[in-house]
Amino acid sequence: MNRDTELFWWPARVLHWLMAAMVLTMLFVGVGMVASVSARHSWLLALHKPLGAAILVLALLRLILRLWRAPPPLPADLPALQRIAAQTSHWLLYALMLALPLVGWAMLSAGGYPVMLSDSLRLPAIAPFDADWFARLRWLHRVLAYSLFGLILVHGAAALYHGLIRRDGVLRSMLWRRRAAAETPSPPQDAD
Amino acid sequence: MSSPTPPPDPTDRPRRPPFPLARWALIAAAVTGVAAAFGYVGGWLDPHRLTPQRIVDRLQVNGGLHPGYRRNHAKGVCVIGHFDSNGSAARYSKAALFAPGRTPLVGRFAIPGGNPHAPDFGVPIRSLALRLTQADGQQWRTGMNSMPVFPVATPQAFYEQLAAGRPDPATGKPDPAKQAAFFAAHPETAAFRAWAKNHKPSASYATESYYGLNAFYFIDAAGTRQAVRWRVAADNRPAGNAPVPPPQDYLDGELNRRLAQGPLRWRLLVTLGQAGDPTADATRIWPQDRVEIDAGTVVIERSEAQDHGACRDINFDPLILPAGIAASDDPLLPARSSAYAESYRRRTAEQAGGATAHAQERAP
Repeated sequence: MNRDTELFWWPARVLHWLMAAMVLTMLFVGVGMVASVSARHSWLLALHKPLGAAILVLALLRLILRLWRAPPPLPADLPALQRIAAQTSHWLLYALMLALPLVGWAMLSAGGYPVMLSDSLRLPAIAPFDADWFARLRWLHRVLAYSLFGLILVHGAAALYHGLIRRDGVLRSMLWRRRAAAETPSPPQDAD
Repeated sequence: MSSPTPPPDPTDRPRRPPFPLARWALIAAAVTGVAAAFGYVGGWLDPHRLTPQRIVDRLQVNGGLHPGYRRNHAKGVCVIGHFDSNGSAARYSKAALFAPGRTPLVGRFAIPGGNPHAPDFGVPIRSLALRLTQADGQQWRTGMNSMPVFPVATPQAFYEQLAAGRPDPATGKPDPAKQAAFFAAHPETAAFRAWAKNHKPSASYATESYYGLNAFYFIDAAGTRQAVRWRVAADNRPAGNAPVPPPQDYLDGELNRRLAQGPLRWRLLVTLGQAGDPTADATRIWPQDRVEIDAGTVVIERSEAQDHGACRDINFDPLILPAGIAASDDPLLPARSSAYAESYRRRTAEQAGGATAHAQERAP
């Protein structure tokens, strides 16, 4: 058996860490821009929209890869409740990464705003101009964003729990290499 | 592709890690740290920051809470028309609406203040907001006022002005002492005060000129940036005199009487700034000798009551701009943009929740 089977497939790891940075940035940008009246408001807003579009595209790609290739299995001795929590939270993370950009896009459409990704690149509207829908989607965008942030905190805490307390290889499976493996006689390979 | 997990190796993973408390503390610290950073950026842990919410809160205090209405310039009327560009501004801006031709617009005349039932003649200022939609779907939104300068230059000063303008519960009017103290502390308001002193509230929306107030940049096809300010200058017959004493609601009816006879027109005049002209200070006008371009005609064809009109659900955010127009470094612009967004968020939520907020307020 290839030792890499304990690791996430390399495209999954690349996407995970890239999107971790993007999604966290996005959440901070979002919460910062709505609480700012300075020039920061403008440039954060200008960053928020193209970054959201990029996250949507990458989240779709990631979902396809995830369905195509299963992740390494969870440790056999993981309690059932933690196993369910892990699986549920991972699918929730996918759902939120896809839903937030879509809700944001629909929200701007319903508010009658041109959805500008740059000075001149405009996305089409995906919802009719309707202030009631804007109100609902604006609320939903905020609630989903806080939910995603909370879930990311739980996810990060769980990852550290696996890495620091249980030390069961789950955290390592999303990192770049296995722990320097004294127990394996073969020399390290970098065939990720 | 999954494979069964090998049984845990007891030598590889001791049951209890060394220093378990320190490890738990590290996890707690990491989570708390990220959450605290989020709280700081979001303003919850930064209580002194001026936020759009605080600005809109003060507008709400001054104007009273009127669910479903804009938090400022609450009293107004929707208008429909178009912009006929003569092509003169196309040399400076690549925006499609400045090429020769016609661009449809939805606009709104209004008076400042958060009370949708305020008397028309209580304030000397009238405003005109426009949303022009290009064929490519890009938009130009602009909110203009009938004075050439804004009282203050910064969001913080505006916030303080709102506090000074807070109605005294006893009189229902702002405390003159507080207002005098504010103006004394803010000499940049002098130009606005001089204008307000000599400007009688007009008896018509149609006779006023409306100024963009903030500076912007026009960007041409080669990417050259030109500092500009714009205004629309009235090209309509003079107003008659308003009845004495002036009625509570006069401007809407006056506008409708004019529109019944034909469209109303304004020329869109663009002033070209030169090096050194302030772009970040809406309290200062540019020198009178600056070149001015007549870019075309704003034509208003008909009006609609704001309760159900086409302008009701438009946020006239001055930073919604087509390619070819860009914001300047004026600090009022992002503040307007963010505060308008907060006002829009609140009033659309009220509209969706209470549905007939406008209608309810109208009931006697």
